[in-house]
Amino acid sequence: MTDVLNAIVLLANFVLVPGLAYGSQLALGALGVTLIYGILRFSNLAHGETMSFGAMVTILVTWGLQAGGINFHPLPTALLALPFGIVGAVALCLIVDRLVYRYYRQQRSTSSIYLIVSIGVMLITGGLIRFIIGPGDRKITDGERFIIKARTFKEMTGLNEGLAIKTTQGVTVIAAFLVVGFVFWFLNRTRTGKAMRAYSDNEDLALLSGINPERVVMIAWIMTGALATIAGTLYGLDKSFKPFTYMQLLLPIFAAAIVGGVGNPIGAIVGGFVVAFSELIITFAYRKVLMYLLPDGMAPEGMIQLLSTDYKFAVSFVILVIVLLVKPTGIFSGKSL
Amino acid sequence: MTYLAGEMMTGGYGGVDILHECSIGVDRGQIAVVVGPNGAGKSTAMKAVFGMLGLRAGRVMLDGEDISSLKPQERVLKGMGFVPQNQNVFTSMTVEENLEMGAFIRRDDISQTMQQIYTLFPVLYEKRRQPAGELSGGQRQQVAVGRALMTQPQVLMLDEPTAGVSPIVMDELFDRIIEVAKTGIAVLMVEQNARQALEIADRGFVLVQGRNAYTDSGAALLANPEVRKAFLGG
Amino acid sequence: MTQTTSQTSSQATHNPVAPASQSRRNILLFGMMALLLCFVGVVQSWNVTFSLLNMCLISAIMALGLNIQWGYAGLFNVGVMGFAALGGLAGVLVSEAPVSAAWAAGGVGIVGGLIAGLATILAGLAVWRRTHRRTGMRGRSRYWLTGLTVLVGYTVMRMIIDPAVSAIEAIDPARAGFLGGAGMPIIFSWAVGGIFAASVAWVVGRISLGLRSDYLAIATLGISEIIIYFLKFEDWLTRGVKNVAGLSRPVPYEVDLNKSAQFQDFAASLGLSVVDASSLVVKISYAILFTLVLLVILWLCETALRSPWGRMMRAIRDNETAASAMGKNVTSRHLQVFVLGSAVVGIAGAMLTTLDGQFTPTSYQPLRFTFLIWVMVIIGGSGNNWGAVLGGFLIWFFWIEAEPMGLWAMDALTSGMPDGHWLREHLLDSAAHTRLMTMGLVLLLVLRFSPRGLIPEVKR
Repeated sequence: MTDVLNAIVLLANFVLVPGLAYGSQLALGALGVTLIYGILRFSNLAHGETMSFGAMVTILVTWGLQAGGINFHPLPTALLALPFGIVGAVALCLIVDRLVYRYYRQQRSTSSIYLIVSIGVMLITGGLIRFIIGPGDRKITDGERFIIKARTFKEMTGLNEGLAIKTTQGVTVIAAFLVVGFVFWFLNRTRTGKAMRAYSDNEDLALLSGINPERVVMIAWIMTGALATIAGTLYGLDKSFKPFTYMQLLLPIFAAAIVGGVGNPIGAIVGGFVVAFSELIITFAYRKVLMYLLPDGMAPEGMIQLLSTDYKFAVSFVILVIVLLVKPTGIFSGKSL
Repeated sequence: MTYLAGEMMTGGYGGVDILHECSIGVDRGQIAVVVGPNGAGKSTAMKAVFGMLGLRAGRVMLDGEDISSLKPQERVLKGMGFVPQNQNVFTSMTVEENLEMGAFIRRDDISQTMQQIYTLFPVLYEKRRQPAGELSGGQRQQVAVGRALMTQPQVLMLDEPTAGVSPIVMDELFDRIIEVAKTGIAVLMVEQNARQALEIADRGFVLVQGRNAYTDSGAALLANPEVRKAFLGG
Repeated sequence: MTQTTSQTSSQATHNPVAPASQSRRNILLFGMMALLLCFVGVVQSWNVTFSLLNMCLISAIMALGLNIQWGYAGLFNVGVMGFAALGGLAGVLVSEAPVSAAWAAGGVGIVGGLIAGLATILAGLAVWRRTHRRTGMRGRSRYWLTGLTVLVGYTVMRMIIDPAVSAIEAIDPARAGFLGGAGMPIIFSWAVGGIFAASVAWVVGRISLGLRSDYLAIATLGISEIIIYFLKFEDWLTRGVKNVAGLSRPVPYEVDLNKSAQFQDFAASLGLSVVDASSLVVKISYAILFTLVLLVILWLCETALRSPWGRMMRAIRDNETAASAMGKNVTSRHLQVFVLGSAVVGIAGAMLTTLDGQFTPTSYQPLRFTFLIWVMVIIGGSGNNWGAVLGGFLIWFFWIEAEPMGLWAMDALTSGMPDGHWLREHLLDSAAHTRLMTMGLVLLLVLRFSPRGLIPEVKR
């Protein structure tokens, strides 16, 4: 019996808890991608850099706060700085939209043109970030490190395996829950949110109804900037901040958005968790779990790992490929918000 | 003087004129129907009246005011409602949300108007929590008309409201449209089903190649042997 | 500056430039490019010029490959890097001598594993299709059955391949630790690289073409990252991050030339030191080979573009709906063009590894191998082969020369600040990142103000 409990705790510690945190980060990222797709009708390849930019501003402000002796104990100080990061990323999005995307909107350009343009924006933003904060690794976590330490858990339960929950993981899941709740409330309950859904559903009819497209686009960018900053900062807190990693996050984020159905917010959330858990389940080494579950002497020799962690990004790709082969519209067949 | 009138309209897309000195119009409480063969410019004439097409010559008058230079959204504010032929509902939104979006430009309390629409189209009240995309063709058209009525317009313009619905549903839609006109709204519509439409029309316009061919009361057009022969199939 | 470019572009769209004046302009542009290279030769050294030229030639071929995809057909390939890396892999697999000990230790296992892998894919597909057709099975059971088949097959493959991999990687890890190659002249790898890239492109294209256009973008972005990870971590095939250095060459080695008395006389007759002369001769030999390849590909591209096939491609690009209504199979045409373009990129990738003389998986960065190529095509003029070539030359030239320029500019800009001032230090440190920004900025400016590029597509 304790063996089964040990196995469960082991899985919870290495799959469930990190999966919830990583899934939340991906879900928030995919939500931003889906919003822009739903309103502006293109896949925003610059989204990873927007996340990185917001996180960077947050870090800079965090350093300032820390230097000023302000903290948010036991929570990470970065949470106090988060609003500044959001303002920074929103400003970036709005400026870029005004200088770059608005022109192509007026030209009624095809989505391929938007795609190249977003590459240009990605390169500039990426360069700007590296220019300001450098390409190196930044650790920003402070405050209490753990909600539950592995050792405390072991002492409490008397099990062999410990369950550790980092503060950042807890913060990530709670923040994601609140943010997603707010986004859905906004889209489904407020006049402006409904107008965004209407615009996403049928642009011409929305115009006929007197919905101002520029305002809808502006709000979409504001939400995207905010979501990207929150996702980027949470990811940076959980792992560490490194500009390079955010471009790599594009693949899992897009996989998440496409799995759920691009343009569909619920799909983005579900997709985020599907991708995160697939990644962890496939790259987890099951040897120890099996040692607990199987009778003595039948314990496996190898790691029993489906795929080495080196290939965790391949998991997103495989998921993407399966979705494209089996159901290209995604689980929730999304087109509009 | 006619309440809403497109006068001597000339214009088209990309430098090619589709309308040639075409005039259509409607008074309050009346139903005016635009009929004609395919490609006669019926829908184009509607779009021109609603400002979705630039005019090279001619003008559009609403209640004695020249509105030719106004954008469609501004015409909505002036009390005009438009129901496009295709994609005229927000498919992913509920019926109620569709109506709410119809009233987007209004800042006052819309519950009264919504109640009126539900009275006019009782089936919409039953289905108010369902996405409009899940409704039948006839019900969708009712949503589309209801959406346009949410601004409490003085003029309702309908582009082929009965396209693709069964004859029974068509009759029912026409009944509803008559009710709408009875409330004092001017109804201007384009119809493929010329005979049935002219039967309920106070005025009829027969367009051929972007020009007015015949203009008369609905009954007179139905009685006109030339019109019958050429456009109503004998 | 931007104002004038915008005017030229709008003129070009309104009254098409007469062919004669257009070709005069092109000759002028290429002439200026040649002058730039000569300028470097005079100011820096001719050795630098030919190093630049060789890379320019390879870049031009890569740009041609992308131009086939984007310019001819409007396909969005964001995975140029992966296809170039596959070409590089071909360089290793063709030219390296086979490591017989490694083959003996794990050859059977690897081959068996690969067969098992292939069988798994086929079995998975078969189960997926059969369950649908025969039993009309839908929904969950169908997914589970296919998933189970793949899982079992994959496990079998891993059981065969894993011991073989460890056995191979244990053989002389400092120098080998991999299977080696076919031991053939490296020049064959150029064709093999093309085939590698084409095969992967075929699979990716089959999956993602015919769907929304940005799915191809995401899919290529993904596959290129995965290819790089594969090359980095599959040591048995590529030695991974240990790199494969000292690849054989299609041209003579400097050391051999230096030793030859004949060559020493030749160098003396030119008034050059032997070392300079030998390195120059090697570079020129490469340049000749690369130019030949470029000319052949360019000729093929031009012929294709003028042929009915090229006309059809443009028709499809400009109006997909109309083309498919006319009975053109848009998806299979797209697949064709995607595979061809990727093959050209693969060829260039193999040439690059040949020139480098080594294969370093970590050197493949998306900025350098994907986005830079995009900038080349857009600036040169998408849809025009000559434009792609010019873009390849020009952008590579500035890519290399921009860093010293940027550093110099930063230095000049901050010269007023005292040495060691934090901002000055920071700006000097960050000068390298200005490249990233510059590329993005150039891309956006060209797209906005001169979207047809330096040598616009000819409307036929």
